[in-house]
Amino acid sequence: MDLLLRPVRLLGRVTLAALAQAGRFSMMVLEIFRGIPEWRIWLPRTFTESYTIGVGSLFIVALISAFAGAVTAFQAGYQWQTSLPIYVLGTLIVSTIVLELGPVLIGLVLAGRIGASYAAELGTMRVTEQIDALESLGRSPASHLIIPRVLAAFVMIPVLTVLANVIAVLAGWWSVKQVLPMTDADFTYGAQLYYRPFDGWYSIIKAFAFGGAIGLISCYMGFNTKQGAEGVGRATTAAVVASSVVILLLNMILAKVLLN
Amino acid sequence: MIELRGVRKRFGEQVVLDGVDFTVQEGETVALLGPSGTGKSVLLKHIIGLIHPDAGQILVDDQNVPTLKRKDLAALRSQIGYVFQNGALFDSMDVFENIRLGLTDESQYKDAAYAEERVDTCLKLVNLQPDVVLRKFPAQLSGGMRKRVGIARAVAGKPKYLLYDEPTSGLDPVNADIIDDLVKRLGAELGVTSVMVTHDVRGAFNVANRLALLSEGRIVLQGTPEEFLGSSNEKVRAFLERDFDPNRPAAA
Repeated sequence: MDLLLRPVRLLGRVTLAALAQAGRFSMMVLEIFRGIPEWRIWLPRTFTESYTIGVGSLFIVALISAFAGAVTAFQAGYQWQTSLPIYVLGTLIVSTIVLELGPVLIGLVLAGRIGASYAAELGTMRVTEQIDALESLGRSPASHLIIPRVLAAFVMIPVLTVLANVIAVLAGWWSVKQVLPMTDADFTYGAQLYYRPFDGWYSIIKAFAFGGAIGLISCYMGFNTKQGAEGVGRATTAAVVASSVVILLLNMILAKVLLN
Repeated sequence: MIELRGVRKRFGEQVVLDGVDFTVQEGETVALLGPSGTGKSVLLKHIIGLIHPDAGQILVDDQNVPTLKRKDLAALRSQIGYVFQNGALFDSMDVFENIRLGLTDESQYKDAAYAEERVDTCLKLVNLQPDVVLRKFPAQLSGGMRKRVGIARAVAGKPKYLLYDEPTSGLDPVNADIIDDLVKRLGAELGVTSVMVTHDVRGAFNVANRLALLSEGRIVLQGTPEEFLGSSNEKVRAFLERDFDPNRPAAA
Protein backbone atom coordinates (compact mmCIF):
# COMPACT_ATOMS: atom_id res chain seq x y z
CA MET A 1 0.00 0.00 0.00
CA ASP A 2 2.80 2.36 0.97
CA LEU A 3 4.55 1.55 -2.29
CA LEU A 4 1.42 2.57 -4.17
CA LEU A 5 0.98 5.79 -2.20
CA ARG A 6 4.57 6.92 -2.61
CA PRO A 7 4.21 8.18 -6.23
CA VAL A 8 0.93 9.87 -5.31
CA ARG A 9 2.63 11.66 -2.39
CA LEU A 10 5.51 12.66 -4.64
CA LEU A 11 3.11 13.99 -7.27
CA GLY A 12 1.26 15.92 -4.58
CA ARG A 13 4.47 17.45 -3.26
CA VAL A 14 5.66 18.43 -6.74
CA THR A 15 2.25 19.94 -7.58
CA LEU A 16 2.18 21.93 -4.35
CA ALA A 17 5.73 23.18 -4.91
CA ALA A 18 4.86 24.21 -8.49
CA LEU A 19 1.72 26.01 -7.31
CA ALA A 20 3.69 27.79 -4.59
CA GLN A 21 6.27 28.94 -7.19
CA ALA A 22 3.49 30.10 -9.51
CA GLY A 23 1.86 31.97 -6.63
CA ARG A 24 5.10 33.71 -5.65
CA PHE A 25 5.83 34.58 -9.29
CA SER A 26 2.32 36.05 -9.69
CA MET A 27 2.79 38.09 -6.51
CA MET A 28 6.02 39.50 -7.90
CA VAL A 29 4.32 40.45 -11.17
CA LEU A 30 1.50 42.07 -9.15
CA GLU A 31 4.09 44.05 -7.15
CA ILE A 32 5.62 45.22 -10.44
CA PHE A 33 2.24 46.56 -11.59
CA ARG A 34 1.69 48.20 -8.20
CA GLY A 35 5.08 49.86 -8.46
CA ILE A 36 4.48 51.37 -11.91
CA PRO A 37 3.04 54.68 -10.56
CA GLU A 38 6.32 55.21 -8.65
CA TRP A 39 8.07 56.08 -11.92
CA ARG A 40 10.19 58.78 -10.27
CA ILE A 41 11.96 55.97 -8.40
CA TRP A 42 12.31 53.33 -11.10
CA LEU A 43 12.95 55.48 -14.18
CA PRO A 44 16.41 56.82 -13.23
CA ARG A 45 17.42 53.38 -11.97
CA THR A 46 16.24 51.86 -15.26
CA PHE A 47 18.58 54.18 -17.19
CA THR A 48 21.48 53.16 -14.96
CA GLU A 49 20.70 49.45 -15.31
CA SER A 50 20.24 49.77 -19.09
CA TYR A 51 23.58 51.50 -19.42
CA THR A 52 25.26 48.83 -17.29
CA ILE A 53 23.73 45.99 -19.28
CA GLY A 54 24.25 47.62 -22.67
CA VAL A 55 27.83 48.77 -22.27
CA GLY A 56 28.80 45.77 -20.17
CA SER A 57 27.51 43.30 -22.76
CA LEU A 58 28.79 45.08 -25.89
CA PHE A 59 32.10 43.27 -26.11
CA ILE A 60 30.77 39.75 -25.57
CA VAL A 61 27.83 40.35 -27.95
CA ALA A 62 30.13 41.71 -30.67
CA LEU A 63 32.60 38.86 -30.22
CA ILE A 64 30.04 36.07 -30.25
CA SER A 65 28.02 37.47 -33.15
CA ALA A 66 31.18 37.98 -35.25
CA PHE A 67 32.25 34.37 -34.67
CA ALA A 68 28.72 33.06 -35.23
CA GLY A 69 28.43 34.97 -38.51
CA ALA A 70 31.80 33.69 -39.69
CA VAL A 71 31.04 30.07 -38.77
CA THR A 72 27.64 30.26 -40.50
CA ALA A 73 29.38 31.48 -43.64
CA PHE A 74 32.11 28.81 -43.50
CA GLN A 75 29.58 26.01 -42.99
CA ALA A 76 27.34 27.37 -45.75
CA GLY A 77 30.40 27.42 -47.99
CA TYR A 78 31.22 23.84 -47.05
CA GLN A 79 27.70 22.64 -47.89
CA TRP A 80 27.36 24.74 -51.04
CA GLN A 81 26.94 22.75 -54.24
CA THR A 82 27.95 24.17 -57.57
CA SER A 83 24.53 23.35 -59.04
CA LEU A 84 23.05 26.17 -56.92
CA PRO A 85 23.54 29.84 -57.80
CA ILE A 86 26.16 31.32 -55.44
CA TYR A 87 23.95 34.27 -54.40
CA VAL A 88 21.70 31.76 -52.57
CA LEU A 89 24.36 31.74 -49.87
CA GLY A 90 23.63 35.43 -49.20
CA THR A 91 19.99 34.55 -48.59
CA LEU A 92 20.94 31.60 -46.42
CA ILE A 93 23.40 33.53 -44.22
CA VAL A 94 21.16 36.55 -43.65
CA SER A 95 18.01 34.50 -42.99
CA THR A 96 19.76 32.12 -40.61
CA ILE A 97 21.25 34.97 -38.62
CA VAL A 98 18.24 37.29 -38.50
CA LEU A 99 15.53 34.70 -37.98
CA GLU A 100 17.29 32.37 -35.58
CA LEU A 101 20.95 32.70 -34.73
CA GLY A 102 21.02 36.37 -33.70
CA PRO A 103 18.14 36.48 -31.22
CA VAL A 104 18.52 32.94 -29.81
CA LEU A 105 22.28 32.95 -29.42
CA ILE A 106 22.32 36.42 -27.88
CA GLY A 107 19.32 35.50 -25.71
CA LEU A 108 21.12 32.44 -24.35
CA VAL A 109 24.40 34.28 -23.82
CA LEU A 110 22.68 37.15 -22.03
CA ALA A 111 20.61 34.71 -19.96
CA GLY A 112 23.97 33.64 -18.58
CA ARG A 113 25.49 37.07 -18.26
CA ILE A 114 22.57 39.26 -17.17
CA GLY A 115 20.46 36.51 -15.59
CA ALA A 116 23.29 35.33 -13.35
CA SER A 117 24.16 38.89 -12.41
CA TYR A 118 20.55 39.82 -11.49
CA ALA A 119 19.95 36.64 -9.50
CA ALA A 120 23.25 36.91 -7.64
CA GLU A 121 22.76 40.63 -6.85
CA LEU A 122 19.21 40.25 -5.59
CA GLY A 123 19.98 36.94 -3.88
CA THR A 124 22.85 38.51 -1.96
CA MET A 125 20.64 41.45 -1.05
CA ARG A 126 18.02 39.00 0.22
CA VAL A 127 20.35 36.90 2.38
CA THR A 128 22.09 39.99 3.81
CA GLU A 129 18.66 41.46 4.67
CA GLN A 130 19.10 44.46 2.36
CA ILE A 131 15.69 43.79 0.79
CA ASP A 132 14.13 43.53 4.25
CA ALA A 133 15.87 46.81 5.13
CA LEU A 134 14.34 48.48 2.07
CA GLU A 135 10.88 47.24 3.08
CA SER A 136 11.42 48.30 6.69
CA LEU A 137 12.04 51.83 5.43
CA GLY A 138 8.59 51.77 3.82
CA ARG A 139 10.07 51.57 0.31
CA SER A 140 8.96 49.21 -2.41
CA PRO A 141 11.56 46.62 -3.53
CA ALA A 142 9.64 46.37 -6.82
CA SER A 143 10.19 50.06 -7.66
CA HIS A 144 13.78 50.16 -6.40
CA LEU A 145 15.08 46.80 -7.54
CA ILE A 146 12.81 44.73 -9.80
CA ILE A 147 11.18 47.14 -12.27
CA PRO A 148 14.50 48.80 -13.30
CA ARG A 149 16.12 45.42 -13.93
CA VAL A 150 13.19 43.86 -15.80
CA LEU A 151 12.73 46.97 -17.97
CA ALA A 152 16.45 47.24 -18.68
CA ALA A 153 16.57 43.62 -19.85
CA PHE A 154 13.34 44.07 -21.85
CA VAL A 155 14.68 47.14 -23.67
CA MET A 156 18.39 46.43 -23.98
CA ILE A 157 18.29 42.80 -25.18
CA PRO A 158 16.46 43.78 -28.43
CA VAL A 159 18.98 46.61 -28.94
CA LEU A 160 21.87 44.19 -28.46
CA THR A 161 20.17 41.65 -30.73
CA VAL A 162 19.87 44.17 -33.58
CA LEU A 163 23.54 45.02 -33.11
CA ALA A 164 24.42 41.31 -33.07
CA ASN A 165 22.45 40.72 -36.29
CA VAL A 166 24.34 43.50 -38.06
CA ILE A 167 27.76 42.34 -36.86
CA ALA A 168 27.02 38.67 -37.66
CA VAL A 169 25.80 39.48 -41.18
CA LEU A 170 28.87 41.62 -41.84
CA ALA A 171 31.15 38.90 -40.47
CA GLY A 172 29.36 36.28 -42.57
CA TRP A 173 29.61 38.46 -45.65
CA TRP A 174 33.36 38.92 -45.19
CA SER A 175 33.96 35.26 -44.31
CA VAL A 176 32.06 33.74 -47.22
CA LYS A 177 34.19 35.78 -49.58
CA GLN A 178 37.29 34.18 -48.08
CA VAL A 179 36.18 30.62 -48.96
CA LEU A 180 34.14 31.03 -52.13
CA PRO A 181 34.43 33.13 -55.27
CA MET A 182 31.56 35.38 -54.24
CA THR A 183 31.32 39.07 -55.05
CA ASP A 184 29.70 41.78 -52.94
CA ALA A 185 27.02 42.10 -55.60
CA ASP A 186 26.22 38.34 -55.34
CA PHE A 187 25.88 38.59 -51.57
CA THR A 188 23.71 41.72 -51.48
CA TYR A 189 21.52 40.37 -54.31
CA GLY A 190 20.99 37.08 -52.48
CA ALA A 191 20.49 38.81 -49.14
CA GLN A 192 17.71 40.98 -50.52
CA LEU A 193 16.11 38.43 -52.81
CA TYR A 194 14.04 36.53 -50.25
CA TYR A 195 14.33 38.98 -47.39
CA ARG A 196 11.03 40.25 -46.00
CA PRO A 197 10.82 43.26 -43.68
CA PHE A 198 8.87 41.04 -41.27
CA ASP A 199 12.04 38.94 -40.77
CA GLY A 200 13.66 41.87 -38.95
CA TRP A 201 10.54 42.49 -36.87
CA TYR A 202 10.33 38.79 -36.04
CA SER A 203 13.91 38.93 -34.75
CA ILE A 204 13.11 41.97 -32.60
CA ILE A 205 9.83 40.50 -31.28
CA LYS A 206 11.72 37.39 -30.20
CA ALA A 207 14.38 39.52 -28.51
CA PHE A 208 11.72 41.45 -26.56
CA ALA A 209 10.17 38.16 -25.41
CA PHE A 210 13.57 36.76 -24.40
CA GLY A 211 14.52 40.01 -22.63
CA GLY A 212 11.30 40.04 -20.62
CA ALA A 213 11.73 36.37 -19.71
CA ILE A 214 15.35 36.83 -18.60
CA GLY A 215 14.48 39.90 -16.51
CA LEU A 216 11.42 38.40 -14.81
CA ILE A 217 12.86 34.94 -14.15
CA SER A 218 16.23 36.16 -12.87
CA CYS A 219 14.68 38.77 -10.59
CA TYR A 220 12.21 36.18 -9.29
CA MET A 221 14.96 33.66 -8.52
CA GLY A 222 17.14 36.27 -6.82
CA PHE A 223 14.29 37.84 -4.90
CA ASN A 224 13.21 34.48 -3.46
CA THR A 225 16.68 33.29 -2.45
CA LYS A 226 16.97 31.43 0.84
CA GLN A 227 19.75 29.97 2.97
CA GLY A 228 22.87 32.07 2.62
CA ALA A 229 25.68 31.76 0.10
CA GLU A 230 24.57 28.28 -0.97
CA GLY A 231 21.12 29.69 -1.70
CA VAL A 232 22.60 32.49 -3.81
CA GLY A 233 24.50 29.87 -5.83
CA ARG A 234 21.35 27.81 -6.29
CA ALA A 235 19.30 30.87 -7.29
CA THR A 236 21.92 31.95 -9.82
CA THR A 237 22.09 28.51 -11.43
CA ALA A 238 18.30 28.22 -11.45
CA ALA A 239 17.97 31.67 -13.04
CA VAL A 240 20.31 30.78 -15.91
CA VAL A 241 18.83 27.32 -16.49
CA ALA A 242 15.20 28.44 -16.27
CA SER A 243 15.81 31.50 -18.48
CA SER A 244 17.56 29.34 -21.11
CA VAL A 245 14.78 26.74 -21.13
CA VAL A 246 12.09 29.44 -21.39
CA ILE A 247 14.00 31.10 -24.25
CA LEU A 248 14.00 27.82 -26.19
CA LEU A 249 10.33 27.28 -25.41
CA LEU A 250 9.36 30.82 -26.42
CA ASN A 251 11.45 30.42 -29.59
CA MET A 252 9.39 27.40 -30.59
CA ILE A 253 6.05 29.02 -29.69
CA LEU A 254 6.86 32.27 -31.53
CA ALA A 255 8.04 30.37 -34.61
CA LYS A 256 4.76 28.45 -34.70
CA VAL A 257 2.57 31.48 -33.99
CA LEU A 258 4.30 34.12 -36.09
CA LEU A 259 5.72 32.15 -39.02
CA ASN A 260 2.95 29.69 -39.70
CA MET B 1 2.58 50.85 22.51
CA ILE B 2 3.53 47.51 20.98
CA GLU B 3 1.47 44.49 21.91
CA LEU B 4 1.63 40.91 20.62
CA ARG B 5 -1.30 38.66 21.46
CA GLY B 6 -1.17 34.90 20.95
CA VAL B 7 1.23 35.12 17.99
CA ARG B 8 1.95 31.79 16.32
CA LYS B 9 4.36 31.12 13.48
CA ARG B 10 5.73 27.94 11.98
CA PHE B 11 8.12 27.35 9.10
CA GLY B 12 7.24 23.96 7.62
CA GLU B 13 7.24 21.49 10.50
CA GLN B 14 9.17 23.79 12.84
CA VAL B 15 7.06 25.76 15.31
CA VAL B 16 8.96 28.99 16.02
CA LEU B 17 6.40 31.08 17.90
CA ASP B 18 3.77 29.18 19.85
CA GLY B 19 1.36 31.75 21.26
CA VAL B 20 3.59 34.69 22.15
CA ASP B 21 2.18 37.46 24.37
CA PHE B 22 4.51 40.44 24.63
CA THR B 23 4.01 44.09 25.55
CA VAL B 24 6.20 47.17 25.24
CA GLN B 25 5.00 50.37 26.90
CA GLU B 26 5.65 53.86 25.51
CA GLY B 27 9.13 55.20 26.24
CA GLU B 28 10.64 52.03 27.65
CA THR B 29 13.48 49.88 26.37
CA VAL B 30 12.74 46.17 26.47
CA ALA B 31 15.42 43.55 25.87
CA LEU B 32 14.16 40.34 24.34
CA LEU B 33 16.45 37.56 25.48
CA GLY B 34 16.76 33.96 24.47
CA PRO B 35 19.23 31.43 23.16
CA SER B 36 20.18 31.52 19.48
CA GLY B 37 17.57 30.09 17.13
CA THR B 38 14.57 30.58 19.39
CA GLY B 39 12.80 33.02 17.08
CA LYS B 40 13.72 36.39 18.61
CA SER B 41 14.48 37.96 15.22
CA VAL B 42 11.36 36.34 13.76
CA LEU B 43 9.30 37.98 16.50
CA LEU B 44 10.92 41.36 15.81
CA LYS B 45 10.21 41.07 12.08
CA HIS B 46 6.54 40.43 12.87
CA ILE B 47 6.35 43.85 14.56
CA ILE B 48 7.33 45.65 11.36
CA GLY B 49 5.32 43.37 9.09
CA LEU B 50 8.26 41.68 7.36
CA ILE B 51 6.85 38.30 8.47
CA HIS B 52 3.16 37.50 8.77
CA PRO B 53 1.92 35.40 11.69
CA ASP B 54 -0.09 32.22 11.21
CA ALA B 55 -2.34 33.37 14.06
CA GLY B 56 -2.56 36.14 16.63
CA GLN B 57 -2.47 39.92 16.67
CA ILE B 58 0.44 42.36 16.46
CA LEU B 59 -0.71 45.77 17.59
CA VAL B 60 1.40 48.88 17.14
CA ASP B 61 -0.42 52.00 18.31
CA ASP B 62 -3.62 49.93 18.24
CA GLN B 63 -3.15 49.07 14.54
CA ASN B 64 -3.05 45.35 13.73
CA VAL B 65 0.07 45.09 11.55
CA PRO B 66 -0.79 41.91 9.55
CA THR B 67 -4.12 43.34 8.34
CA LEU B 68 -2.83 46.79 7.41
CA LYS B 69 -3.18 47.94 3.82
CA ARG B 70 -0.03 48.63 1.82
CA LYS B 71 -0.17 52.40 2.29
CA ASP B 72 -0.95 52.19 6.02
CA LEU B 73 1.84 49.68 6.54
CA ALA B 74 4.30 51.99 4.77
CA ALA B 75 3.11 54.87 6.99
CA LEU B 76 3.55 52.73 10.11
CA ARG B 77 7.00 51.59 9.00
CA SER B 78 8.05 55.22 8.65
CA GLN B 79 7.57 55.47 12.43
CA ILE B 80 9.69 52.41 13.16
CA GLY B 81 13.46 52.30 12.82
CA TYR B 82 14.85 48.80 12.38
CA VAL B 83 18.49 48.01 13.08
CA PHE B 84 19.47 44.79 11.34
CA GLN B 85 21.86 42.24 12.76
CA ASN B 86 24.69 42.95 10.32
CA GLY B 87 23.65 46.47 9.44
CA ALA B 88 22.00 45.43 6.13
CA LEU B 89 23.55 48.47 4.50
CA PHE B 90 23.07 48.78 0.76
CA ASP B 91 26.34 47.66 -0.85
CA SER B 92 25.93 49.83 -3.91
CA MET B 93 25.45 53.06 -1.94
CA ASP B 94 27.87 55.06 0.17
CA VAL B 95 27.21 55.91 3.81
CA PHE B 96 25.49 59.19 2.91
CA GLU B 97 23.02 57.54 0.54
CA ASN B 98 22.40 54.68 2.98
CA ILE B 99 21.43 57.05 5.78
CA ARG B 100 19.53 59.33 3.42
CA LEU B 101 17.27 56.38 2.53
CA GLY B 102 16.28 56.37 6.19
CA LEU B 103 14.48 59.69 5.61
CA THR B 104 11.08 58.11 5.19
CA ASP B 105 9.38 61.44 4.51
CA GLU B 106 9.70 61.93 0.73
CA SER B 107 9.87 65.74 0.92
CA GLN B 108 12.73 65.50 3.43
CA TYR B 109 14.44 62.84 1.28
CA LYS B 110 14.37 65.13 -1.76
CA ASP B 111 15.45 68.24 0.15
CA ALA B 112 19.22 68.03 -0.40
CA ALA B 113 20.15 70.61 2.25
CA TYR B 114 17.98 68.96 4.92
CA ALA B 115 19.26 65.49 3.97
CA GLU B 116 22.89 66.59 4.29
CA GLU B 117 22.27 68.19 7.66
CA ARG B 118 20.26 65.23 8.98
CA VAL B 119 22.83 62.65 7.83
CA ASP B 120 25.54 64.70 9.50
CA THR B 121 23.53 64.87 12.76
CA CYS B 122 22.77 61.14 12.73
CA LEU B 123 26.42 60.22 12.16
CA LYS B 124 27.49 62.41 15.08
CA LEU B 125 24.74 60.85 17.20
CA VAL B 126 26.35 57.42 16.73
CA ASN B 127 29.86 58.81 17.35
CA LEU B 128 31.06 58.65 13.75
CA GLN B 129 32.88 61.50 12.07
CA PRO B 130 30.93 62.55 8.96
CA ASP B 131 33.99 63.80 7.07
CA VAL B 132 35.69 60.41 7.56
CA VAL B 133 32.88 57.98 6.70
CA LEU B 134 30.38 59.93 4.59
CA ARG B 135 31.64 58.81 1.17
CA LYS B 136 32.78 55.35 2.19
CA PHE B 137 30.99 52.23 1.01
CA PRO B 138 29.85 49.53 3.48
CA ALA B 139 32.66 47.20 2.40
CA GLN B 140 35.18 49.82 3.55
CA LEU B 141 33.78 49.95 7.11
CA SER B 142 34.53 47.76 10.12
CA GLY B 143 31.78 45.59 11.68
CA GLY B 144 31.22 48.05 14.53
CA MET B 145 31.06 51.02 12.14
CA ARG B 146 28.56 49.21 9.90
CA LYS B 147 26.32 48.61 12.92
CA ARG B 148 26.55 52.27 13.91
CA VAL B 149 25.73 53.41 10.37
CA GLY B 150 22.77 50.97 10.50
CA ILE B 151 21.61 52.68 13.70
CA ALA B 152 22.13 56.13 12.12
CA ARG B 153 19.94 55.06 9.18
CA ALA B 154 17.27 53.75 11.56
CA VAL B 155 17.08 57.04 13.49
CA ALA B 156 17.32 59.32 10.44
CA GLY B 157 13.55 59.43 9.95
CA LYS B 158 13.00 60.37 13.63
CA PRO B 159 11.06 57.20 14.43
CA LYS B 160 8.82 56.66 17.41
CA TYR B 161 10.01 53.08 17.82
CA LEU B 162 13.43 51.49 17.41
CA LEU B 163 13.84 47.76 16.93
CA TYR B 164 17.37 46.38 17.34
CA ASP B 165 18.17 42.90 16.06
CA GLU B 166 21.27 41.63 17.88
CA PRO B 167 23.07 44.99 17.75
CA THR B 168 26.15 43.63 19.54
CA SER B 169 26.49 40.17 17.97
CA GLY B 170 29.87 39.50 16.42
CA LEU B 171 31.49 42.47 18.14
CA ASP B 172 34.35 42.41 20.61
CA PRO B 173 33.43 43.35 24.22
CA VAL B 174 34.68 46.93 23.89
CA ASN B 175 32.65 47.62 20.74
CA ALA B 176 29.66 45.75 22.21
CA ASP B 177 29.74 48.07 25.24
CA ILE B 178 29.96 51.11 22.94
CA ILE B 179 26.84 49.94 21.08
CA ASP B 180 25.01 49.15 24.34
CA ASP B 181 25.75 52.63 25.65
CA LEU B 182 24.64 54.09 22.33
CA VAL B 183 21.30 52.25 22.55
CA LYS B 184 20.87 53.53 26.12
CA ARG B 185 21.77 57.08 25.13
CA LEU B 186 19.47 57.11 22.09
CA GLY B 187 16.59 55.91 24.25
CA ALA B 188 17.22 58.75 26.71
CA GLU B 189 18.03 61.50 24.20
CA LEU B 190 15.41 60.74 21.55
CA GLY B 191 12.74 59.38 23.89
CA VAL B 192 12.01 56.46 21.58
CA THR B 193 10.40 53.18 22.58
CA SER B 194 12.90 50.39 21.91
CA VAL B 195 12.94 46.63 21.62
CA MET B 196 16.38 45.04 21.59
CA VAL B 197 16.78 41.41 20.61
CA THR B 198 19.92 39.95 22.14
CA HIS B 199 21.44 36.90 23.74
CA ASP B 200 23.94 39.08 25.59
CA VAL B 201 22.42 39.09 29.08
CA ARG B 202 24.94 41.51 30.57
CA GLY B 203 24.29 44.06 27.82
CA ALA B 204 20.53 43.62 28.22
CA PHE B 205 20.74 44.35 31.96
CA ASN B 206 22.85 47.40 31.19
CA VAL B 207 20.45 48.85 28.63
CA ALA B 208 16.87 47.77 29.28
CA ASN B 209 14.12 48.93 31.65
CA ARG B 210 12.42 45.58 31.26
CA LEU B 211 13.43 42.17 29.94
CA ALA B 212 11.61 39.26 28.35
CA LEU B 213 12.85 35.72 27.86
CA LEU B 214 11.72 33.79 24.80
CA SER B 215 12.10 30.06 24.99
CA GLU B 216 10.49 27.21 23.04
CA GLY B 217 8.18 29.62 21.21
CA ARG B 218 6.79 31.36 24.30
CA ILE B 219 7.64 34.28 26.55
CA VAL B 220 8.73 32.60 29.76
CA LEU B 221 9.05 35.79 31.81
CA GLN B 222 8.64 39.49 31.17
CA GLY B 223 9.67 41.89 33.92
CA THR B 224 12.22 44.26 35.42
CA PRO B 225 15.88 43.26 35.83
CA GLU B 226 15.20 42.79 39.55
CA GLU B 227 12.28 40.47 38.82
CA PHE B 228 14.53 38.48 36.52
CA LEU B 229 17.26 38.17 39.11
CA GLY B 230 14.71 37.10 41.72
CA SER B 231 12.92 34.62 39.47
CA SER B 232 12.88 30.97 40.43
CA ASN B 233 11.81 29.88 36.93
CA GLU B 234 14.20 27.14 35.81
CA LYS B 235 14.63 28.47 32.27
CA VAL B 236 15.34 31.97 33.53
CA ARG B 237 17.82 30.69 36.09
CA ALA B 238 19.54 28.49 33.54
CA PHE B 239 19.83 31.37 31.10
CA LEU B 240 21.12 33.85 33.67
CA GLU B 241 23.57 31.46 35.27
CA ARG B 242 25.04 30.50 31.93
CA ASP B 243 25.54 33.97 30.53
CA PHE B 244 25.38 36.44 33.34
CA ASP B 245 27.28 37.03 36.50
CA PRO B 246 25.36 39.75 38.38
CA ASN B 247 28.42 40.58 40.46
CA ARG B 248 30.44 41.51 37.38
CA PRO B 249 30.56 45.29 36.93
CA ALA B 250 28.82 46.68 33.87
CA ALA B 251 30.94 48.51 31.33
CA ALA B 252 30.93 52.28 31.43
